[in-house]
Amino acid sequence: MFYSAFEILKQGLTGNKGWKPVWRNPELKTEYDVIIIGGGGHGLATAHYLAKTYGITNVAVLERGYLGGGNIGRNTTIVRCDYGQPGNSEFYSHSMKLWEGLSQDLNYNVMHSQRGMLQLCHSDEQVGSYRKRANMINARGDEAQIIDRETIRKRAPYIDLDNARFPVRGGLWQKRGGTARHDAVAWGYARSADSRGVDLIQNCAVTGFDIVNGQVTGVQTTRGAIKAKKIGMAVAGRSSEVGAMAGLRLPIESHVLQAFVTEGIKPFIDYTISFGMGHFYINQSDKGGLVFGGDLDMYNSYAQRGNLPRVEQVAEASMAMIPAIGKVRQLRSWGGIMDMSMDGSPFIDKTHIDGLFFNGGWCYGGFKAAPASGAAFAHLIATGQHAEYASKFRLDRYKTGHMIDEAGTGASPKLH
Amino acid sequence: MRISCPHCGERDLREYTYLGSAKLLDRPDGDAGAEAFYDYVYIRENPSGENAELWQHSSGCSAWLHVVRNVSTHEILSVKLASEAKA
Ligand SMILES: Cc1cc2nc3c(=O)[nH]c(=O)nc-3n(C[C@H](O)[C@H](O)[C@H](O)COP(=O)(O)OP(=O)(O)OC[C@H]3O[C@@H](n4cnc5c(N)ncnc54)[C@H](O)[C@@H]3O)c2cc1C
Ligand SMILES: [Zn+2]
Repeated sequence: MFYSAFEILKQGLTGNKGWKPVWRNPELKTEYDVIIIGGGGHGLATAHYLAKTYGITNVAVLERGYLGGGNIGRNTTIVRCDYGQPGNSEFYSHSMKLWEGLSQDLNYNVMHSQRGMLQLCHSDEQVGSYRKRANMINARGDEAQIIDRETIRKRAPYIDLDNARFPVRGGLWQKRGGTARHDAVAWGYARSADSRGVDLIQNCAVTGFDIVNGQVTGVQTTRGAIKAKKIGMAVAGRSSEVGAMAGLRLPIESHVLQAFVTEGIKPFIDYTISFGMGHFYINQSDKGGLVFGGDLDMYNSYAQRGNLPRVEQVAEASMAMIPAIGKVRQLRSWGGIMDMSMDGSPFIDKTHIDGLFFNGGWCYGGFKAAPASGAAFAHLIATGQHAEYASKFRLDRYKTGHMIDEAGTGASPKLH
Repeated sequence: MRISCPHCGERDLREYTYLGSAKLLDRPDGDAGAEAFYDYVYIRENPSGENAELWQHSSGCSAWLHVVRNVSTHEILSVKLASEAKA
């Protein structure tokens, strides 16, 4: 069913009885051309581009839980393209272009909102470093500028510019930055892939790989064996666990990142805003809730929940930046498992096993990456070649000395 | 999460700083070769169950601790001084 204004009108006039389920609940076949493991943003996007761009539709997406129940449905939905390192720079720039046409491409409203992103600076040095970042962004052809205190005061009068400890000196403004509706991204990709013939299989966990003479031939799952000569892993926080089933030893640690939402209030925060001292970022959802988060909990974790010290730190940062926030009640908090890599950048590559492809290491920036990641992973699986805009995300890059270390913090996953 | 420091007793998570896998205690010999160092610096087993880790009681006695923790439940299974844990 094609979604349109006309369809809404028609359904409205006929009692909304004609809407169809958004995707099928298909029978699991015993063999596919391609299997994608993981029904998160990246797995579903990969299925969409495999079908749409490369005409490969005999595909199954295997998801151990329900579609979109992982990080894709748990993140704070910030979409930006302000990376500076070669490898990341062209990749996130490409992803932004895909975001800008995504709702049309999917015929599904992902509510991509380029409301603007403001990153606050609190010292002259920070202004300098953000100026460098702005120059890098502009040099690549995306847009960023440094704005002064007065401009910030006009745009966001609720920010405590004169905080005694962390006064605001200026900000980095990216007008194309913003948010999107996380669930809609998963659902939109799922619906598109399904409508092109991809089987979306939920409650089906991969438990092992069948490998013959160095070539993958299928997977073992909680619903039996399934054959395929090409298999792509996109399991985010569980990369090491699933990788180990195929003998992959990965440069990844799993950490927990928490997020928070308040009760819904009237429009208050128009932009996505980040605090430059410590790690804190906030935006307001279309439902009115303030959505915000901070740093990792800073220890390995596969629990989709965190500890109280981080809750405390995030609350402190929010009060330092926007004192008025103290009047709003927090409704919920939750956690997601982050696949933290050793340089903070991801992998989209072949593995040492023929036919087995790896997508992971997204750290806490993989939401904005989903479109380009899906497109690049589909390209790699379909053609055997790396897409031009994702050619540096190699699994052996630490061996060859090609780190993509945006933060410059070295081989310590929790610091990226 | 609370960790029992062998010197100080059970203390809140806020008093501790996490470094990473306890594999860091087993640094290869200087002549072990590039592959061994690559493995040491970059590769992590990253299990979803029991993980052996290095924590420092940084806001307490400063001791480095070898902690075995279930990373899916946050349960602490054992704590000893890192100096006594070196494999
Ligand atoms: C709190 C939080 C805030 C974040 N904020 C942002 C942000 O503002 N901007 C941004 O760009 N990014 C953000 N991220 C990061 C982003 O959400 C992730 O990097 C991205 O979603 C990961 O890719 P994914 O969507 O494919 O992962 P997931 O949605 O986690 O998908 C992986 C799927 O694999 C499945 N799986 C695992 N093991 C198996 C198995 N054995 N068999 C079958 N299936 C399996 C899982 O169930 C899961 O559904 C945030 C993450 C969190 C948790
Ligand atoms: Zn102590």
